Amino acid sequence: MEQLDYDVVIVGSGLAGLRTAIEVLRVDSGKFGIRVALISKLYLMRSHSVSAEGGTSAVLYPEEGDSFELYAWDTIKGSDFLADQDAVWKFVHLATQETRLIERWGVPWNRREDGRIEQRWFGGLSFPRATYAQDKTGFFEMRALYDTLLKYDAWDRFDEHFVTSLVLDGNKFVGFNAIDLKTGNMRFFRGKAGVIATGGNGQMYRITSTASSSTGDGYGIAYNAGIPLKDMEFVQFHPTGLVPKGLLITEAARGEGAYLKNADGERFMKKYAPSKMELAPRDIVSRSIMTEIREGRGIKDEATGIQHVWLDMTHLGKERIEQKLPLIREMGLKYLGIDIVNDPMPVRPTTHYEMGGIHTDIDGKVQSLEGPIKGLWAAGETACVSIQGSNRLGSNGTNECLVYGHIVGNDIYNYISNEKPSLPSIPAGKLESEQERIFSGLLGKESNGEDVYQIKDELKDTMEKYVHVYRTEEELKTAVKIVRELKERYKNIRLTDRGLKFNYNLQHALELGFLLDQAEIISLGALMRTESRGAHARLDYPNRDDEHWLKHTLAVKGAEGPSFSYLPVRITMWKPVARVY
Amino acid sequence: MKVRVLRNDGSKQWWQEFSVESSKRATVLDLLLNIRETQDHTLAFRHSCQMGSCGSCGIVINGKPSLACQTRISELKSETIRIEPLYSYPVIKDLVVDLNDFVNKHRSVKPYIIRKNPQELEEAPMEFRVTSAENMSFIQYDYCIMCGLCVAACPTVALDPQFIGPQALAQAYRYIADPRDEGFKERKAELDTSHGVWRCHFAGACSYVCPKGVDPAQAIQLLKREIYKRMFVRGPKVGAPVSVLAKQEKPISNQPKAPPLDFKSGVNQNE
Ligand SMILES: Cc1cc2nc3c(=O)[nH]c(=O)nc-3n(C[C@H](O)[C@H](O)[C@H](O)COP(=O)(O)OP(=O)(O)OC[C@H]3O[C@@H](n4cnc5c(N)ncnc54)[C@H](O)[C@@H]3O)c2cc1C
Ligand code: SF4
Ligand code: FES
Repeated sequence: MEQLDYDVVIVGSGLAGLRTAIEVLRVDSGKFGIRVALISKLYLMRSHSVSAEGGTSAVLYPEEGDSFELYAWDTIKGSDFLADQDAVWKFVHLATQETRLIERWGVPWNRREDGRIEQRWFGGLSFPRATYAQDKTGFFEMRALYDTLLKYDAWDRFDEHFVTSLVLDGNKFVGFNAIDLKTGNMRFFRGKAGVIATGGNGQMYRITSTASSSTGDGYGIAYNAGIPLKDMEFVQFHPTGLVPKGLLITEAARGEGAYLKNADGERFMKKYAPSKMELAPRDIVSRSIMTEIREGRGIKDEATGIQHVWLDMTHLGKERIEQKLPLIREMGLKYLGIDIVNDPMPVRPTTHYEMGGIHTDIDGKVQSLEGPIKGLWAAGETACVSIQGSNRLGSNGTNECLVYGHIVGNDIYNYISNEKPSLPSIPAGKLESEQERIFSGLLGKESNGEDVYQIKDELKDTMEKYVHVYRTEEELKTAVKIVRELKERYKNIRLTDRGLKFNYNLQHALELGFLLDQAEIISLGALMRTESRGAHARLDYPNRDDEHWLKHTLAVKGAEGPSFSYLPVRITMWKPVARVY
Repeated sequence: MKVRVLRNDGSKQWWQEFSVESSKRATVLDLLLNIRETQDHTLAFRHSCQMGSCGSCGIVINGKPSLACQTRISELKSETIRIEPLYSYPVIKDLVVDLNDFVNKHRSVKPYIIRKNPQELEEAPMEFRVTSAENMSFIQYDYCIMCGLCVAACPTVALDPQFIGPQALAQAYRYIADPRDEGFKERKAELDTSHGVWRCHFAGACSYVCPKGVDPAQAIQLLKREIYKRMFVRGPKVGAPVSVLAKQEKPISNQPKAPPLDFKSGVNQNE
């Protein structure tokens, strides 16, 4: 197996991975000659972050009434008090400089008359602080970061390399195993420091707004290496996913005055949030839609049988729609052949974001149950610090990537420049066993076993049906049972593509392995959490229970599936109160 | 529905025909996914976002370079769909082509903000002031998702592999047109050559296929004009930097307004 040595090895080139790479390179500026490897299973600029639409929150003009306290409060209240308050406090401060820094690197933020940056309202904010670039915020941020990275030389790109596992030596980072998709050969990337920035796992659901690359690989490689995953049961469902696939219809539609209606043509939000109506926070709107559907007031999509409600913009008029919602109109025309000027859009909650993730400390350092893993960091959606707690506010995802790219990049620079670590030695047999697992175990196996796509289909249906917006003990138990059966069947998986070059069949099999483990963790974590908090809503335990459940869930891999333990939330500023809007 | 795919295993290529169910809403990407998941797990093609943002899924559909996820079957109005890998790129496997030359050309035009004082890009106590009008002078070119369709359509690229190509040239213009940028001189050497802007014959094929309305053909013409202008015109400096908030009295708008041009006559590779 080919072995490559770098000072820093970063897996993932979304907003978090790119920002981390830039930070290491720019603070070093050749001083220590730090060299970075940037690995992505996609081409570097194709990461899921390009799809972020709405905005990036930051306190830009405190003289106009916004403040760090207000932003921290919004985030913590939005999180239903599961966020760690010291981390949020740090985060809200750094978001300001990050938003301005990427402006200097080229992001075309929307502007005010006087040339300063424009900001807008977003769900759960008490000040309009969502900074935006049209309705393509994440795309323009990715463009600016990718392009800015190109001005540095001390890094190498490894596009289309699929990382299969993380190698540790005790509590120390050693490197990552990866398949070079172009040749099919394995490569080992050894580093003094490693970063996991691999995004979320929405692809375990049928209806999702996430890219097909969001398969939770980073969670998977960490979990397989014995690292705890935190708060995974908190999966965010965005209220308005376009039927049938769940592509995102941004909150801005409702911001412009769109109505949600049920089969009877009734604006049902008046029953659930009479004052805020359609602009109530995400978790509340998603629950309202699902209640309508559960109680038989949904509409059945003819082609797919999917139950949905209507997002009605017909009263807004053509002119307003053309000016304010051109992208949504285009999506309706493109994907459904309907014009929102005349017809309502079929929408339902869509899996959007994983609040949980790899257990890190406030600086993004990865933690095991025994303490820090030396030389390993995680950033972005993959990491759980926790900033987002049990419910992320819209516009708080992209900036977490930027802020933690900054923090982790600096932390790594300090580690390398202060401690001057040498390259770790590779524990005997670790690389050979991985090669064996993939080439003999998966690729070379002759069997009449199970089909990857069949199992993935069943997994998606199971999660969509039983581990959704509303959860009950019975449904969660059913999910655990089915997922475990699927895991059993997965052991007998069969690949029909036996080639080396661009063997997507192999890649999808490995991704499915990660997703199955996470489905088990999410269902079990949700089953055990006998309360309702943020995005986790139990019909059988409808209230938040701070006495027993004001704590983070940690899941560690055991012989028979995950074992769970819990960790207190760091409350430094505000005691939990009832979350009313 | 019949789908004919030009397959390639690296040593040979052949046409393979698949029959698939299609629905009113299906896109070409949906059909390819269906084929891969239910008929032939070895079929290789790229995709990710499924919403026309990531640039992964560029292929040639019925002769026209297109995004698979943005092409609805009903639009094609044909019973058989012909699918090939993007033209002008080396094929690795099936519909997966080698983009290395493409990304290197993008990099060669220094696609990032350059300031005379680089320190201004390291700290940002305040943002640069930019007006909405100034934003509009480059944002269209910033929309480029790097899908590579324009390069596949370009007849000049096909004849001169050293030609920098429409995508990279459009990106050079994107930065030159940005009021925050001061890097014209540094980029000029790369652009002002016979394989640079002057190679473009203005066939307009790039703009015809671009799924994001970037209009690289227009960007190249504006780039030519910019090069002339800065070479021969002395006098008030064009593209003067916008200073930081504190120093600036009122926003300056110095971008040349492009005359409306007609690019609708693009070459359709289909015909
Ligand atoms: C439709 C949509 C809209 C959104 N809008 C907003 C918004 O308006 N505001 C906001 O703040 N947030 C928004 N979010 C959330 C936010 O976009 C994401 O949380 C964020 O972009 C995640 O970035 P990331 O860098 O962590 O991961 P990603 O961008 O997902 O990148 C992951 C990277 O890891 C790589 N990778 C993964 N697995 C492997 C592997 N095994 N080997 C090698 N590489 C691997 C991938 O190739 C990719 O490069 C939105 C999310 C969605 C789904
Ligand atoms: S200019 Fe258009 S066609 Fe060319 S790479 Fe960019 S988005 Fe694609
Ligand atoms: S899949 Fe992203 S552009 Fe088509």
